[in-house]
Amino acid sequence: MSSKDDILKSVRNKMVPAADLPNLDQDWIQYGDAVAHFGDVLQAVGGTAVVVEGIDGLSAELAKIPVYTEGRKTVSCIDGLMGTVDIDRVEDPHELEDVDFAVLPGEFAVAENGAVWVTDAKIRHRVVLFIPQHIALVIPCPSGNVEEAIVHNMAEAYRRLSWQSNDFGCFVSGPSKTADIEQSLVIGAHGARSLHVFLLLP
Amino acid sequence: MSAVKSYDHPTNADRFNKDQSRTHWHDSALWFIREKRDRMANSLPEWETLRACASQIKSHTVSKLADYLEEFERNATARGATVHWAKDAEEHNRIVLEILQKHQAKRIVKSKSMLTEECHLNPWLDKHGIEVVDTDLGERIVQLREEPPSHIVMPAIHLKKEDVSDTFHEHLQTEEGNCDPNYLTESARQHLRQKFVQADVGITGVNFAIAETGGFVVCTNEGNADLGVSLPKVHIACMGIEKLIPKVDHLSIFLRLLARSATGQPITTYSSHFHGPVEGGELHIVLVDNGRSKLMDSDDFRNSLKCIRCGACMNTCPVYRRSGGHSYAATVPGPIGSILNPLRDAKHHKSLPFACTLCGSCSDVCPVKINLHEQLLTLRSEVNRQKQLPVSKTMPMKIASWVFQRPKLYAWLGGIGKFFLRTMPRFLIYNGLNPWGRNREMPESPPESFRKQYAQRKKSQKSER
Repeated sequence: MSSKDDILKSVRNKMVPAADLPNLDQDWIQYGDAVAHFGDVLQAVGGTAVVVEGIDGLSAELAKIPVYTEGRKTVSCIDGLMGTVDIDRVEDPHELEDVDFAVLPGEFAVAENGAVWVTDAKIRHRVVLFIPQHIALVIPCPSGNVEEAIVHNMAEAYRRLSWQSNDFGCFVSGPSKTADIEQSLVIGAHGARSLHVFLLLP
Repeated sequence: MSAVKSYDHPTNADRFNKDQSRTHWHDSALWFIREKRDRMANSLPEWETLRACASQIKSHTVSKLADYLEEFERNATARGATVHWAKDAEEHNRIVLEILQKHQAKRIVKSKSMLTEECHLNPWLDKHGIEVVDTDLGERIVQLREEPPSHIVMPAIHLKKEDVSDTFHEHLQTEEGNCDPNYLTESARQHLRQKFVQADVGITGVNFAIAETGGFVVCTNEGNADLGVSLPKVHIACMGIEKLIPKVDHLSIFLRLLARSATGQPITTYSSHFHGPVEGGELHIVLVDNGRSKLMDSDDFRNSLKCIRCGACMNTCPVYRRSGGHSYAATVPGPIGSILNPLRDAKHHKSLPFACTLCGSCSDVCPVKINLHEQLLTLRSEVNRQKQLPVSKTMPMKIASWVFQRPKLYAWLGGIGKFFLRTMPRFLIYNGLNPWGRNREMPESPPESFRKQYAQRKKSQKSER
């Protein structure tokens, strides 16, 4: 008998009382100002959130970030914003090892925990979300309404997601961090040393 | 502090307690995290609803586990992953080695996985000439020191920055005596980045696997799991069969509970959802039983399969905090480990259910509502029934039971005890024969017994009436 059959047999033959699934449709937390709450939580976990208008507004904000302006190797996956490396022309993700700054698209944000949902649907190599020294995530708000880019809680977040394709998806909440040495919080463990989130109005 | 060899918890805890200041430091470090967890729990009015939902989802999943495992395999395979099944640790290790050998992989980066610890994957791969580098900072520290992790979420919580500094000076050539956590973390970052870039295969654990989609989620703060699997073409994910949840929407419950319970964060920095391999790559998922299915039969212990490995029970446990993770001599220490380990290996781990004060704090903080302290109590009688208890434990119990059945004798002995506690010279009470007097003061003897107070109160109530 294969191990699979073996395991399934030993799992199936157990006398486990039946239990129903809970109702997920409950009164989950709502915030008076979800946008402000998102910004506060993100700040508490080491990131920043700024609302910008158009690509010009985005460029102007990025220009205020020294690690962006000083970055020698930058990647942009945002239409209208140029990086120094065209990620679509990179065959081997190892070539992205020394990227200084990457500007990547985020889909929406979650107020309760400061997380931004990012997928690799428009990012050829998903390592570019983790390997650059610094990251910026840009969440489009096409209707001109920032509220639409932010959900209150994780229950709402999952309601917005679909799982048709094999895209890799990640909730990113702040820069990479660790507290493994005497509980001292250190920002920049393996991944990004900083995270800027931009809510992009048309 | 070298790895503890003995399986006997009191012996190991005693060794940890030799350094009293360190014990206090360890205690307060963990209590600090417990307090952060409380603040996070209080920030959500629906906290108890979340716990109830999580517990219910897990109960349901276990009741239909075979169906969900099949559903998971079907959907994962449809997305291009290869699913493997392993009855035990040995088979798990063999499967992983076969995949690595097929790809002639020599250098592996691995993110935290308690399952691979449980299966002793690292020494096995080492034996076959394959280098495995643990990439979680805490895990890397203990790996360089050739120690096991002492905590499932914070593997190096037992070490001071001076210890880390010494270890890094020896292995990573950092400046001697530089104990700055920023400097040390930066050194590890540089060292581990090289390992990430050179790796042939990335291995991760799994926090949650989703039957409905065939995907799974890995949570880290450092991003090490993601870096580890997004450069090489091959990703091996190792998971216990109890990690399954039915639907992807259920993640909304578990991701809200996990980090808040574990470290007091609103969510981990990275919660990565893997569905299928990278383009042109391979994704292998190893489903491991290794004794888990045996727990399903028992009404007393089935609940322990709900555990999501957040470590909250350890952070709050007064015994864990004062005895250190290594004293449990097990991959999973603390309250949940004191249940899981004796159930798997009663002979070695029989002392663990007794490493508990039955205070119930672990059950209070458990995000999936495992009745930990009740299970520990049940396990004690189990150990007794199997005649595994030493006479030093059974004899006092027998005597106590005999005394408790004779109320007059008990009352008289209580009076004697009070008298001695009050009048005996200190050295007669605080000596080697009385472990309760070690490192603490005995309780002050009350002026009169509860029995006497109770009788007087009754009498005065009667006269008032």
